[in-house]
Amino acid sequence: MALTFDGNREDRLLVLPALFDEANKMRRLTVEVMHRLDLSGVDTFLPDFTGCNESLQPLAQQTLANWRAGAEAAAAHFNPTHVFSIRAGCLLAPPHLPGWRYAATTGAKALRSLLRARTIAAREAGKTEKTDDLAILARKDGIELVGWPIGAALFAGLEQAVANSDGQQAAIEQSDIGGAGLWLRAEAGEDPEQADMLAAIIAMGMLEP
Amino acid sequence: MSIEPAKEPIVACEKTEASQSPLLPGRGTVDVHLREILRDVLALDPEQVDRFDADTGLFGHLPELDSMAVASLFTEMEDRLDIIIEDDDVDGEMLETYGGLLTFAEGKTVTENTPKDGSS
Repeated sequence: MALTFDGNREDRLLVLPALFDEANKMRRLTVEVMHRLDLSGVDTFLPDFTGCNESLQPLAQQTLANWRAGAEAAAAHFNPTHVFSIRAGCLLAPPHLPGWRYAATTGAKALRSLLRARTIAAREAGKTEKTDDLAILARKDGIELVGWPIGAALFAGLEQAVANSDGQQAAIEQSDIGGAGLWLRAEAGEDPEQADMLAAIIAMGMLEP
Repeated sequence: MSIEPAKEPIVACEKTEASQSPLLPGRGTVDVHLREILRDVLALDPEQVDRFDADTGLFGHLPELDSMAVASLFTEMEDRLDIIIEDDDVDGEMLETYGGLLTFAEGKTVTENTPKDGSS
């Protein structure tokens, strides 16, 4: 499944979303950026990683390798000229495409937040769980972290995963676009000004003569 | 002579603390960062967060501050305050009020930055 603005135009952007909880919080901003780029003459393609969003596959069976292969397959299918990846989505960006990484995070940090959310929820329920113990368990058997069933292979893969930084894809930091990162929000939100800035940075990079 | 209620007790307290330890980030710095982080997490106006005092309720008082939001809050505190928050650090007291969280953050900043922070 993919959300696309496809006008068969020359400038084509593959969009790789944030992962897990952050995917929900960043969804609206992501689509708002795509909408603005559509108005600027850029085609955009937002695939679901297998096991995520509207994908029917079980998340627990996914691995970092098959998500990266999925991103490559989306690149082969939609034939993008550029890639725009967001947060942990930056870990999956095909390295051969030029483009942008927005507020890239590491797999270890993404897991740390999820593990911590689980230990805090457990504490609320009167149980004591340790993140180190959970990580050991997760590497062996996989683990459910605040509603996300993550298999052992994906957990281990994410622990080591960092965004490719060989220079093809420019980093966009939050300070470049202003405001606060929407992934931080306790409740999913939106910010039209941030969407304007992101779309402007991408459009200027793609449409320059 | 009239006795005015103290208008800015927290600010006055901060100045005292900051002046005691010039080599460490002043209490004011941690306070400012923490308010910024809460503003970003809770999507509040700066004015609303400025009004937080030591007794302002957080976890358990603000319905939107669920376990995932607290986890994001901690991750951001680690990044912006350059601290590590361990499992054992997390207890009901530090999460319940703004004062509790601030006291915790200040303690962590002092402990973790003392050996290396003399030059900055």
